[in-house]
Amino acid sequence: MVGEKKWYIKLITFSLLVVGTIFSGFPVLWMFLNSFKPNSEIFAWPPVWISDNFTLNAYAQILSDPEKIRFFINSYFVAFIVVILTLFVSILASYSFSRFNYPGKKIINTLIISVQAVPPITLLIPYLSLVVALNLYNSYGALILTYLLFTLPYAILMMTGYFNTLSKELDEAVMIDGGSRFRALWTVLVPVAVPGIVSVGMYTFMLAWNEYLFALALTKTTEFRTVPVGINLLMGQHAYEWNQMMAMSILGSIPVLLLFLFFQKYFIAGMTSGSIKS
Amino acid sequence: MTSQNVNRGRSKKRSGYLKKKTEPYLYQLPTVILMVVLLVVPIYMVIQYSFFDNVIINDNPVFVGFQNFQELLTNESFWVAVKNTLIFVGGSVIAHMIIGITFAMVLNTKYIGPKLQAMFRVIFSLPWMFTAAVIAVLWKMLLNPNGFINFLLVELNLSSTNLEWLASRDLALFSVTMINIWAGYPLFMISILAGLQGIQSQLYESSAIDGANHIKNFFYITLPQLKPILISLILLDFVWTIQQFALIWMTTGGGPIDATEILSTFIYKQGFSEYQYAMASTSAVILLVICTIVAIFYVRHQRGQE
Repeated sequence: MVGEKKWYIKLITFSLLVVGTIFSGFPVLWMFLNSFKPNSEIFAWPPVWISDNFTLNAYAQILSDPEKIRFFINSYFVAFIVVILTLFVSILASYSFSRFNYPGKKIINTLIISVQAVPPITLLIPYLSLVVALNLYNSYGALILTYLLFTLPYAILMMTGYFNTLSKELDEAVMIDGGSRFRALWTVLVPVAVPGIVSVGMYTFMLAWNEYLFALALTKTTEFRTVPVGINLLMGQHAYEWNQMMAMSILGSIPVLLLFLFFQKYFIAGMTSGSIKS
Repeated sequence: MTSQNVNRGRSKKRSGYLKKKTEPYLYQLPTVILMVVLLVVPIYMVIQYSFFDNVIINDNPVFVGFQNFQELLTNESFWVAVKNTLIFVGGSVIAHMIIGITFAMVLNTKYIGPKLQAMFRVIFSLPWMFTAAVIAVLWKMLLNPNGFINFLLVELNLSSTNLEWLASRDLALFSVTMINIWAGYPLFMISILAGLQGIQSQLYESSAIDGANHIKNFFYITLPQLKPILISLILLDFVWTIQQFALIWMTTGGGPIDATEILSTFIYKQGFSEYQYAMASTSAVILLVICTIVAIFYVRHQRGQE
């Protein structure tokens, strides 16, 4: 009885593995292959898998264009600053949540959690007024400030969870020796919390690197535009240089891809603990 | 012991007490300032905008009460956007759940070892690693009339012509929903996989003694055990999908005509191409109210589990 059933289940399992691999992997493979073709072969019928005219031209064109390089510089710059600010602010807030009890704690916590339900698009119009009033329209500042709002809630919730797992005796030992709480936090607790900090930093980086709506609406010139907006500009600009768009997409995905591959474990743990409690 | 010393000791004590009381708030200060400036003020502003006539452009906007809401709720394009949003969100969430459960169960099977499982998990998570701009460009290429999807359909005799997936009024909403399904299922898959690994194996062992089959196991053990996770995921996915903007903006721009117009593209157009900031704010407030209601359910659900 068992043998027959196993055969049947095995077949379904392995077919689903194949289907899933094609479903999730083929579009990515196709993007990769097309980045090495001359533009004329992208829509060849029947499709060309690996071109006889294999070329790195698309990459060369992206990497030799100062305007496109600028998109990458902007993305890296904005994402790094957002990571640093998010980490600093969230470590302070999480320490407060984790180690103190005080009136108003719950209100602040609710305020932070509620951000996750606010659709970014609903804030876009007031942001425009705010950014113009602060003289930040078309600047890094506008993007950095905006991204902080969306990275902080997750960062704080996750860091608080992490600090809660660390013994209070760690920081109390420093205070018994006469050190301040602030010093105890940065010299004892933060070094121990590195795994948590790394995953918060990664998540923050990905969010800032991938954001499109505000990057589109709050900047005007290519001087401040980021990779996602750059990819979309490329779509309109050059009458569909598909191979270049694929090359830029791959170059623009590498940072997130590497982060995901190296820190998969942290990322998945963080993602699931941040949004779902089971 | 002079009185001076006593005083000094007391004031030191008092300042220590004050410091102890204020310290937790000092750590929260940067967060609270940022939240108030970046969240509370903007939400107040957008609600205020929705009650005035043409804000931002007009220097002295006039209070008009609920007139904007009235105008919006009688606007046909708004209702088209609502209908499209429901189809887009409903289709995405249901498909995310089905694909998520299926792939998670396949990855969790005992037929593949931990190494293979890790490898397939990365492959199945691939769509998750690309930003909306990349996903949009990639699918515009695949769904191009001369693209790979059409080649496949024609070769397999499933279609006689090259379909205009994104440019036809009949197909565009279906196409963008499919793209969003592709882009979003890994969250479900990964979370459900974590949930499956948390189910105690004794439950299956005792049901095996009772002679239950796989299908019975799934409906009487797996699904009930996953229920709390699934409800959280559905509510979260609803809130995330309803605000999806980038994917639609970059594939169809809400078109052709209004075939893929959803609330977020409607808001964006009202604001940034028609400069109807009051109308855009009014639609934004409606979207905010919907998401708040869902979020309240979500928080209640999470609290209920604690």
